[in-house]
Amino acid sequence: MPLIIKLLAQRIALGLLLLFLVSGLIFAGTIILPGDVAQSILGQSATPEALANLRAELGVNEPALQRYFSWLGGLLQGDLGTALTSGRDIGESIAQRLSNTLFLAFWSAIVAVPLAIFLGLLAVRFINRWPDKLVSAVTLTSISIPEFLIGYVLMFYFGVKLGWFYPTATAFIHDGPLLDKLEAIALPAATLTLVVLAHMMRMTRAAILNVMQSAYIETAELKGLNGFQVIFRHAFPNAVAPIVNVVMLNLAYLVVGVVVVEVVFVYPGMGQYLVDSVAKRDVPVVQACGIIFAAVYIGMNMIADIVSILSNPRLRHPK
Amino acid sequence: MSEPLLKVRGLKIGATVYPPGEKPHDIDIVHGVDFDVQKGKVLGLIGESGAGKSTIGLASMAYGRGGVKITGGEVWVNGRDIMQSGIGDIRKLRGGEVTYVSQSAAASFNPAKKIIDQVVEAAVEQKKFSRKEAEDRARVLFDKLGLPDPDNIGDRFPHQVSGGQLQRCMTALALCPEPDLVVFDEPTTALDVTTQIDVLMAIKEAIRETGVAALYITHDLAVVAQVSDDIMVLRHGNMVEYGPVDQIINNPHEEYTQALVSVRSIEHEEKAPSGDPVLSVRNITARYKGTQFDVLHNVNVDLYPGQTLAVVGESGSGKSTLARVITGLLPPREGEIEFAGRTLSPDLAGRSREDLRELQMIYQMADVAMNPRQTVGTIIGRPLEFYFDMKGEEKRKRIIELLDEIELGEEFIDRYPAELSGGQKQRVCIARSLAAKPKMIICDEVTSALDPLVADGILKLLLELQKIEDVAFLFITHDLATVRAISDSIAVMYQGKVQRYGGKNQVLSPPFDDYTDLLLSSVPEMRLGWLEEVIANRKMESAGN
Amino acid sequence: MRIPLAAAIGLFFTTLYFLAAIFAPFIAPYHYAEVVSSGFWDPPSSEFLLGTDGIGRDLLSRMIYGGRTTIFVATAATILSFTTGSVLGFLAAVAGGWVDQLLSRAVDLLMSIPSLIFALVVLSVMPVTLPVLILLMGLLDSTRVFRLSRAVAVDIEVMDYVEAARLRGEKTAWIIFREILPNALSPLVAEMGLRFIFMVLFVSTLSFLGLGIQPPQADWGGIVKENAEGIVYGIPAALMPAYAIATLAISVNLVADWILNRTTSLKGGRG
Repeated sequence: MPLIIKLLAQRIALGLLLLFLVSGLIFAGTIILPGDVAQSILGQSATPEALANLRAELGVNEPALQRYFSWLGGLLQGDLGTALTSGRDIGESIAQRLSNTLFLAFWSAIVAVPLAIFLGLLAVRFINRWPDKLVSAVTLTSISIPEFLIGYVLMFYFGVKLGWFYPTATAFIHDGPLLDKLEAIALPAATLTLVVLAHMMRMTRAAILNVMQSAYIETAELKGLNGFQVIFRHAFPNAVAPIVNVVMLNLAYLVVGVVVVEVVFVYPGMGQYLVDSVAKRDVPVVQACGIIFAAVYIGMNMIADIVSILSNPRLRHPK
Repeated sequence: MSEPLLKVRGLKIGATVYPPGEKPHDIDIVHGVDFDVQKGKVLGLIGESGAGKSTIGLASMAYGRGGVKITGGEVWVNGRDIMQSGIGDIRKLRGGEVTYVSQSAAASFNPAKKIIDQVVEAAVEQKKFSRKEAEDRARVLFDKLGLPDPDNIGDRFPHQVSGGQLQRCMTALALCPEPDLVVFDEPTTALDVTTQIDVLMAIKEAIRETGVAALYITHDLAVVAQVSDDIMVLRHGNMVEYGPVDQIINNPHEEYTQALVSVRSIEHEEKAPSGDPVLSVRNITARYKGTQFDVLHNVNVDLYPGQTLAVVGESGSGKSTLARVITGLLPPREGEIEFAGRTLSPDLAGRSREDLRELQMIYQMADVAMNPRQTVGTIIGRPLEFYFDMKGEEKRKRIIELLDEIELGEEFIDRYPAELSGGQKQRVCIARSLAAKPKMIICDEVTSALDPLVADGILKLLLELQKIEDVAFLFITHDLATVRAISDSIAVMYQGKVQRYGGKNQVLSPPFDDYTDLLLSSVPEMRLGWLEEVIANRKMESAGN
Repeated sequence: MRIPLAAAIGLFFTTLYFLAAIFAPFIAPYHYAEVVSSGFWDPPSSEFLLGTDGIGRDLLSRMIYGGRTTIFVATAATILSFTTGSVLGFLAAVAGGWVDQLLSRAVDLLMSIPSLIFALVVLSVMPVTLPVLILLMGLLDSTRVFRLSRAVAVDIEVMDYVEAARLRGEKTAWIIFREILPNALSPLVAEMGLRFIFMVLFVSTLSFLGLGIQPPQADWGGIVKENAEGIVYGIPAALMPAYAIATLAISVNLVADWILNRTTSLKGGRG
C-alpha cells in the first residue's frame, strides 16, 4: 500500500478514535464527577420521591458502562435522546439550531478567510514596515479582548449609537428571505470575523513568510521571473497546504467562538441552546451539544492534517 | 583588451539587520571592490565566512538576499551598468544573461515541481528557446553532466534524485538558457568528497564546452585553483589579493593569501606504537533502536597511549556511530570495548566514574556543546569539581592553568560562550575535556565547522597538548587533509566497515583498495592541473577495465 | 538594564492592576454589594466616578472588586496550570518511553475538545464554586503548558552540552536543574504571562455566560452580563470591563514579549 494512503487511513482512523474517546470523556464528565445529577437538577429542596423518579428516568441506577453504550448506540442512529426540562426530542430541537449556527459560521468564514489571507499577504509584502506592524498591533489587541466584549462594543457603537445594523439578532427568522437573514446577522458575523481574523492573519503571515524565505523562491527570482510568476508558479503550490491548514484550524476555533457570540446577540443557535441547558443542568442536551461541537472541531483538525498529507510532494511522488 | 563581460567598480554592499530586542541598524558587508571577468573566463572568489563573497556574486545579478542592498559602485554586464537599469532589464539579465548555481540544490529546487519544468523555465521565459528546444537542450546537458538516464531524469521530482545528482541538475538549470555568465556559489561544499569531484569535473567540462564565463565562489582554495583563470582573495568585505591563478597559488604576495595557500601543511611524523593499547575495539556490530540494519559491522581498531587514530569516512560510513558505541551512548549488539586494560560496560549507566573521567569527548559544534547559561569558568571548572572535588582558590588556579594551555587568558574565566569566537569556543571545549585528565579524547569532526586558518590553529594546539598531557586522540573526520596533519594510525570506514586500517604511512601508500583509492584521489590538491590529471587517470582506468 | 518604553508601560499597568486587586477594600469608595443610589445606570458624577449599575450599585467599586476576583481566580488557575503542566512536561521529556507516551496521548485527547465546551459539559453537573472553577480552568489549561515545556525540554535535551553532562556522569537532578531549566526559563516565563491572560479571558467568559463567578460577588465578566441589557438603551456600563480586560491583557502581553526578546537577544550573556 502506498505510504500516502496508509498515512491518510491512519489519520482518519485517529480522528474516529479521538471522537470515540471524546464521547466517552463527555459522558464520563457528566457521571463520574462528584455531585448527584438528580440532586443538582432538582435542587436541595427536592423530595426523595421526585429524586428517585428522576434517577430512574436518567437511568442512574444502571451500570455506567451500559448507559454509555446505549447512549452511544443512540447517537450512532441519530437518536440524541430527550431533553429533561422540556421533554422534547433533542434531535429535533438541535436540527434547526445547528443549521442556524452553521449559517452564521459560514457567512463569517466567507468574510474572514479571504480578508485574513489578503491581510496576511499584505503584511508579508510590507514586512517590517507599517502595514506589517499594524497587523501585529491589531493581532495583539484582539487576542487580548474576549469575544463577548468585541460583540458588545460593536453592538453599542454600530447597533445603538450609529444605528446602522440591528443591535441584536432577534430579527433573525429561520425561514425568512436570505437578505433579511444576512441583515440580521451582520453584527454577530462581524464579531466572529474579528475574533478569528487576528489569529488567521498572523498564522497566514507566518506560513507565507516561511515559503517566501525558501531558497527556491530565490532561484525563481534569479530566473528573472516577475513577482506574479514567482508567487503563482513557485510560492503558491507550496503555500496552499499551510494556508488551508491555518484556515481549518481557525474555523475550528470559530465554532467555539460561536457559543459566546450567540449568547451576546441572542441568536437562536446551538451555542445559545448549550449555554441554556448547562444553566438548567439539562444533562442529555449538554452531552448532545458537546459531542456535536467536538465532532466539528475534530473534523476540522482532521481535514487540516489530510490537506497537509495530500499536498506533500514527497508523499505524493514517492521514490 | 576588449570590453569585459562583467566589470565591477567600487562595489559597496550594506544590509539592514534586525537583531531581536534592539533597534534595526545598517551594517557594511563589502567595502568597495573592483574586478573584471572576460568572456569565457572563470574568476574565483575566495574567502572565509563573512568575507562577502556570496554577496558579491549575487550583486552581479543586481540581487540582494534578505535586507542586503548595493549601496555604491558600478556593475557593468555586457556594457550596461545594471545599477542604472530598470526592473524589466534586470529581469532579462537574471536567468538570461547571468544565471546562478547555489550551494544547496536540495533547497533551491521547488519541491512541488518536476525537475525538467524548473530547468527549462528561465530559458523559455526569457524567450531564448521554445519549450521543445529547451527540453532537448536540457537532456543534452543532463547527458554532458553525467546524469543517469538523461532522457527521463527530468520527469522526477527533486526529492527523487541524490544530492550530487541534484547539484548537477542545478548546473543544467543554470546552463540551459545559454547565459554569458554563471555564478557558482559554493556548488560542491555540501557534498561528500567523492561526489564533489564528480560534480567538479562536470562543471569544469561544461564550462569548457559551452565557453560560458563564470564567477566561482568557494572557501576552498584547492577547489577554486582547479577551475579558475583568475582568483580574487577576499577578507571582511575587502579585496586582499587579485591575480592570475598561477600567481596566487604559486607566488602569493600577501601574507593572508600565503597563509591560505599553506594551510594544512602541518608536518606530523607517524609515531610507532608502544606498550598496550589504551583502547581496543573488538568485533563491534551495532544498530540503532527500532531499525533493521547494522550501521557498524564487526569493527576492530586499537589506539595506543599518546597517539592519534584517525577514523575517516564519508557521511553514512558509521564513523560517528563508532564514537557513540565507545562512549556508551549506543550499546553494541556484539563485541566489546577494552579501555585501559579493563572491559567497559556496554552502556553508559554501567560505567564507573573513573571510566567516564578517563574517556572524554570534544564535539563538532562547539556552540551547542557548551551550556549558554554557564561561564567559561563554570564549564571548565565543573569536571574539576566533579572528578577531583576541587573548590575555591585551588579550582580557580587550575582553571587559569588550563586557560593558559589553550592560549586564552585569565580574563576569559567570566565570559559566556556567546562572547567567544568559533575558534575560542572550541578551545574552551578542549580545556573542559583536559580538565578531567583523561587517557583518551574522542574528537568528533572538531575542525569541520571552522574556517581553515582557525582549524589549523586548533589542530596545532591539539598536537601540542598531546605532547604535554600524553593523551590519546580518536579523531573522527571526513577531511583527509586533517587526517594527514594529525594521525599516527588511520582507519578508513565505508558503509559501516573498516575498509583499511594501519599506520599512517602504510594506509596512505599504495597499493590501495578501490574505495581508499577513490577517496584519496578525490581530495582536491593545492596545485594547478590536479583535476585534469585525475580526469585523465580515471578515463584511462575505465578504458582499461 | 534599560527597559523599552512599551515594556515599561506594560509593567506599570500590570503592577497597578495587581496593587488595585490586593488593596481593593481600601481603594474602592463603596462596598461592591451596597446599593448606593435609588436610580439605575446613573451617569458618571463626582459621587460615582463611573456611574452606577443596573440596580444602583457604584460601578467603580464593582470594577475594583471585580478586578480583585478576576485576577485572583486567574492567578490561582495559572499557578495550578503551570505547576502541573511544567512538572509533567519536563518529566515526559526527561523520562521518555511509556511515561511520555501516556502523558502525551492523554493531553492529545484533552486538547481535541475545545476547553470552553469541555468546561461547559463539566459545569452542567458540578456545583459552580470558586475551587471548582479554578481546578477546572487550571487543569484544562495545563495541557498547553505541558506541550510547551515538553517541547522546550526535548529541544534542549538533544543539545551536545546535555550529552556532555551525561557522559561526565552527572545525575538526573543536575541535568534538569543546571543544564535544562536555566535554558528553558525564558520561554516558560513568557508563556506564563500568556496563560494568565487566557485565564482572565476564560473566567470572564464563563462568568459572562452565567456559569462562572456567581452574584452578588463582583467580577469583570459578571459586570458585563449584569449591564448588558443597558447596551440597547445606549448605556455603556457593560463596556467598562472591556477596557479593563483589554488594558490588563495588553500590558501583560507587552511584558511577556519583552522577557522573551530580552532573553533571546541575550544569547546567554550577562543582561
